[in-house]
Amino acid sequence: MKHVNRRRVLKGMLDGTAVTLALPLLNLFLNGNGNALANGEQIPLRFGTWIWGLGMNDVIFTPKKTGANFDLPEEIASLAPVQKHINLFTRFNTFKDAAPLMCHHTGWVILRTGMAPSLQQVRPGETIDVTVAKKIGSTTRFPIISATATGDVRHSYSYESENSVNAPEFSPVGFYRNLFGADYQDPNAAEFKPDTNVMVRKSVLSGVLDETKSLQRAAGAEDRARLDEYFSSLRDLERQFDLQLTKPEPRAACTKVAEIKSEPSAGIDTVQVAQRHKVMTQLMAMALACDQTRVFNMSYAGETAATTKAGYDKPHHTATHEEVTDPILGYQPEVSWYTRRAMESWGEFVSILASVKEGDGTLLDHSLVYAMSDISYAKIHSLDNIPMFTAGTAGGRIKTGLHLQGNGDPGTRLGYTLMKVLGLDIPSWGTLSNTTSKEISEILV
Amino acid sequence: MNAATPAKYAGKISGEPTVKCLRPTPYAALAGLLIAGCSAPAPHTGTAAKGTADAGQSSPASRRLITEEQYLNTIAHMFGPDIEVIAQFAPMQRTDGLLGVGATQAGVPAGQMVKFQRAARQVAAQVVSSGNVALHIPSRQDALIPCKPADATAADDACARMFLAGTARLLYRRPVAQERVDQFVAEAAKAATLSHNFYTGLGMVLEGMLLSPDVLFITDRTEPDPARPGQLRLDAYSYASRLSLLLWNSFPDDRVLKAAESGELATAKGRKRVVEMMLASPRLEEGMRAFFDDMLAFDSFASLSKDPAAYPGETGITLTAAREQTLRTIYYLLVTKNLDYRDLFTSRTMLMSPILGTVYGVPTAPGWQPYTFPADSPRVGLLTQISFLAVNAHPARSSATRRGKALRELLLCQHVPLPPPNVDFSALEDPNSAAKTARDRLDVHRKNPVCAGCHRITDPIGLALENFDGAGQYRAAEKGVAIDASGSLDGQAFRDPAGLGQALHDHPSLPSCLVRRAYGYAIGSPLKESDTEILAQFTQQFAASGYRFRDLLQTIALSPAFYQVTPAARATTKEANAKTQSPAE
Repeated sequence: MKHVNRRRVLKGMLDGTAVTLALPLLNLFLNGNGNALANGEQIPLRFGTWIWGLGMNDVIFTPKKTGANFDLPEEIASLAPVQKHINLFTRFNTFKDAAPLMCHHTGWVILRTGMAPSLQQVRPGETIDVTVAKKIGSTTRFPIISATATGDVRHSYSYESENSVNAPEFSPVGFYRNLFGADYQDPNAAEFKPDTNVMVRKSVLSGVLDETKSLQRAAGAEDRARLDEYFSSLRDLERQFDLQLTKPEPRAACTKVAEIKSEPSAGIDTVQVAQRHKVMTQLMAMALACDQTRVFNMSYAGETAATTKAGYDKPHHTATHEEVTDPILGYQPEVSWYTRRAMESWGEFVSILASVKEGDGTLLDHSLVYAMSDISYAKIHSLDNIPMFTAGTAGGRIKTGLHLQGNGDPGTRLGYTLMKVLGLDIPSWGTLSNTTSKEISEILV
Repeated sequence: MNAATPAKYAGKISGEPTVKCLRPTPYAALAGLLIAGCSAPAPHTGTAAKGTADAGQSSPASRRLITEEQYLNTIAHMFGPDIEVIAQFAPMQRTDGLLGVGATQAGVPAGQMVKFQRAARQVAAQVVSSGNVALHIPSRQDALIPCKPADATAADDACARMFLAGTARLLYRRPVAQERVDQFVAEAAKAATLSHNFYTGLGMVLEGMLLSPDVLFITDRTEPDPARPGQLRLDAYSYASRLSLLLWNSFPDDRVLKAAESGELATAKGRKRVVEMMLASPRLEEGMRAFFDDMLAFDSFASLSKDPAAYPGETGITLTAAREQTLRTIYYLLVTKNLDYRDLFTSRTMLMSPILGTVYGVPTAPGWQPYTFPADSPRVGLLTQISFLAVNAHPARSSATRRGKALRELLLCQHVPLPPPNVDFSALEDPNSAAKTARDRLDVHRKNPVCAGCHRITDPIGLALENFDGAGQYRAAEKGVAIDASGSLDGQAFRDPAGLGQALHDHPSLPSCLVRRAYGYAIGSPLKESDTEILAQFTQQFAASGYRFRDLLQTIALSPAFYQVTPAARATTKEANAKTQSPAE
């Protein structure tokens, strides 16, 4: 017998007719143990990514100690408040094999797709968030949401395929509007009134689907993939209409979000980026708590991070190449200044997810975040030792608070491990030297 | 998937010559090095067509995803410029130098479909709006719906058909089959009955149309070419769409579609009349702005900002105005004044607004007015406009390398290689260095054999613009040292920014690059080696016209290569199915 949940029951009651249902505001959002929703469904598992640019200065970034209670060198000292929520991975490598090293492109593409790109112009194939969304993102309003703190819509790290990019939200006002604007259904609203217009929209959409099928039949092989994706996206829209016609499950962690009415000032000064990052992370966290999505991406910087510092004429990327390594300190001070700002935002990202109470824990406890940079030592675009983090326990499946070193193993081991934790049935991940079928067992519960 | 891509992309970029380590060379010697395979007039060898009967005289049929600008222009043209749409469509991937070419490969993931749907809702709601006096929302029903329903609270098939059939014809860019129109009318009736509102019904169906792949993809449909047995040409409606995207950056209007329906576009005389009509339309300005905005990579303005500590006067408003200035100036000089394209780089006239007048330090009148800088002013040509200078610079300082690279790649269609990944630039910041100016600092690159190859081809150009800081403001000195703006462009020496503009004006690749970009933009596909010959022909005709851009557009639009097509894998003739009517021959 099929599982009958609240959504399904209410949809059946509607039977295509506009009705108003007044449901009691539930004080029984959760089961007695606090680890599941009232209807018995588990609190959903979420997957997210976070990326910053231009790596780190190894001497002041990499802890001396591995395992638990690792030390926090000065470049990551700001992570102290969230240390218990994260894992740090160092000494893992990425391999370009015969492909050219494309500076700030190769590293992140490997860590998100398992494959080294062959040319700068070649977009990645399917990125890890898309792969995961196919597993856990098919029941929410948005399969994936992506945002960038840079204010530039071109800064995406999420690709459905080589020709299909998931463009990020770049404007806090637009992000709010898209998440919590006119189409948003408050899962905790006392009343639910299906919109007759949505029923009509769904009906009209069937004709559009037929038009697409007609094109699909006639298309050549290469073009067929684009039309197949188009059809799939229409189907997803249809699914969204279905969601709008059904009363959503109440979500205790979901609270009202204050409307974002004005944009932060334009620019990529670290202060502006941090402000944008914070506002968008808060929106993203509530979108997760309200179950609008279960897969999310946030980027702190674009490729070749161009973040600027007031009064200093070199953007972050320029500084990595032009600033002299201080002979006493042993690193580039201004470059480290930029990295520290990025780490502060990473810590804030984790804190915001951890601040949302959900069940017997927090939103972060029911999430798994995969964070990485694009390179390690930016001055020479090194692919060895690109730093990576995770945050969250994935519902108790992952240990946290650890520093692990890979001894030159493929960095793809981490992405592979996370996908396995999330339930993907994959025997291996990656190509050529980046291929792995070996989980990082030290973090598994 | 990635494993299959190298050859494909290698092919795409092969058409643009990569500039290798070069010593300053006179144009004559450079012609073969820099522009071979790209845009230099090539001798007729008779071999370019190898493999097909007329390679180079045809273009691939393609399927382009509509761009945000095309969408907004089309909506404005159909329903009025006051329709407000927040679209935020995903940007295209720049391909072969153009975002417009990237549209041929762009897909529509679920997130993009949501944005299309939101845009469609906004449009439909406004088109059928009855208005609200209290909220100052105008009624558009009376203006945009060509009939009145017998009862506004119920379905009215006759009135719905009148609106929906006409609207579908414009959005689908061809007559829509009776069967599909019947479906539209039935859906409108169903919606009107459910909502008790005739106009809501129309709006719902309009929303659906705006999600159709036949609307959002501009698909080239083909038919047998009677003049070339066994080969294909665009059908008249696809030809009309290509024309409209090229000249108006929008869909065809009623006049152009009528020319397709009547068979006029099937004749050379008819095509000429329609192209001339379109070139005379005010919509040409939108088309030209879109092309040059794409060619100059002005999409970067969307996120451009300057460090307020370094450039307190360069706000977002200023930068927006700077982009607008260049686009308006191009239209003014090339269309209104019908000047030689090359004069863009030597003319002292720019369109000026009060906001920019403050920045440039010149008197202005309200609105946008032409302003001619005096003969002793350093402001000469497009290269000295704030747009080019600011967008090709860092947030807090200038960049001779970026400006040189932009000039090479955007205006001469040359490809500057990426820097090698393992270069240590820190000598640039040597605290003991006596370097004061950008020229001094970049001298480090030119003395480093690893760097010198590329910097020798970018920096001598960019350094000529060092009289303008990262915000485009004039300066005679940097850190107290007079700026030396002399240099050379592929063998032509100059002493100052004006000289660089003249050297660019005289460079043989300047017009041929424009031709290359314009043709790629026109057909919406990456160019191939087999296009060399047709590009050479276009370039010769462009020269013969005195480098008049309108003439170039007309040449391309009326060329056989523009409407004769090869059946690319991405489009087929089968799509000319029963749902659409064939144009009259």
